[in-house]
Amino acid sequence: MEDFTVDGNALAGALAQSLGRDVTGERGTCGHCGKASLVAELVVYPKAPSPVARCPHCGDVVMVVTEISDTITVHMDTYAM
Amino acid sequence: MAGAALPGRLTWQLARVVEVTPETAQTKTLVLDAPDWAGHRAGQHVDVRLTAEDGYQAQRSYSIASAPEDDHLMLTVEEIPDGEVSPYLAEELRAGDELELRGPIGGWFVWEGSEGAPLLMFGGGSGVVPLRAMLRHRAATSDSTPARLVYSARSLQDVIYREELERSADGVEVCLALTRSWPEDWTGHRGRVNDALLDDIAWPASDTPAIYICGPNGFVEAISRRMVARGHDPVRVKTERFGPSS
Repeated sequence: MEDFTVDGNALAGALAQSLGRDVTGERGTCGHCGKASLVAELVVYPKAPSPVARCPHCGDVVMVVTEISDTITVHMDTYAM
Repeated sequence: MAGAALPGRLTWQLARVVEVTPETAQTKTLVLDAPDWAGHRAGQHVDVRLTAEDGYQAQRSYSIASAPEDDHLMLTVEEIPDGEVSPYLAEELRAGDELELRGPIGGWFVWEGSEGAPLLMFGGGSGVVPLRAMLRHRAATSDSTPARLVYSARSLQDVIYREELERSADGVEVCLALTRSWPEDWTGHRGRVNDALLDDIAWPASDTPAIYICGPNGFVEAISRRMVARGHDPVRVKTERFGPSS
């Protein structure tokens, strides 16, 4: 179960609440490998201390989403949308 | 604090359980009354949040099982033993209980009706749930889009919505692929979805079907690769991957 992953659709609720729009169909560019991917296609490790999304091409971390009660923080310095 | 929410901004809302319906040994459908629900599109999902007495919160995503036209919002939950959320939803919830929901979520893995192209769906295990919502939407709107569902389950006993799928509307073909065990007289597909099955059931790329694949990672990966290899435009191959939602 450690390596259990889902996809970016699983982050869509927190992202929509935080950003005010659905982003599953939007593309971002990985800051590590430069390749573009849909948010829906990101590889998400849902059970880390907070959900972590990785680039489906190179596997590097592109997004970390923390959600505590109603406070949501989206770190995506390495994913340009 | 729901009243303080900004208009149009996705936030948590309360829903009341109307009924809990068993589907298979591991799955149940929660029929919900969500007074603030603004409607959804077939294929979308919701987040469900549970709060313990000490304030600890856990949340999981579940696909919406109902069509937008249905009277109630429905979620089908697969119980994962030792899970944090699903055993509560499947075993403890009773009519009248309340849940916190956030949704509808997702604008990508949705099917809103005929685009002049056939609808080709692949569901693995409980990955059939959002596809069932699409079929119900198709039926409720009398959409005549030809639709095919390939549904991979371990055994006949694990097939969710079996009766409903067996009496699908005109123009809908349902193909069950049983991967672990099957009745002796089983005439459907035995084993995993393979190229021979796709040769039989998948429209060629020239028919530009809208393709939806939902299920565990390995299932989605295997089928989406095959479909792209068969010449389907990756943009028309929409996927939703999940694993056991504990």
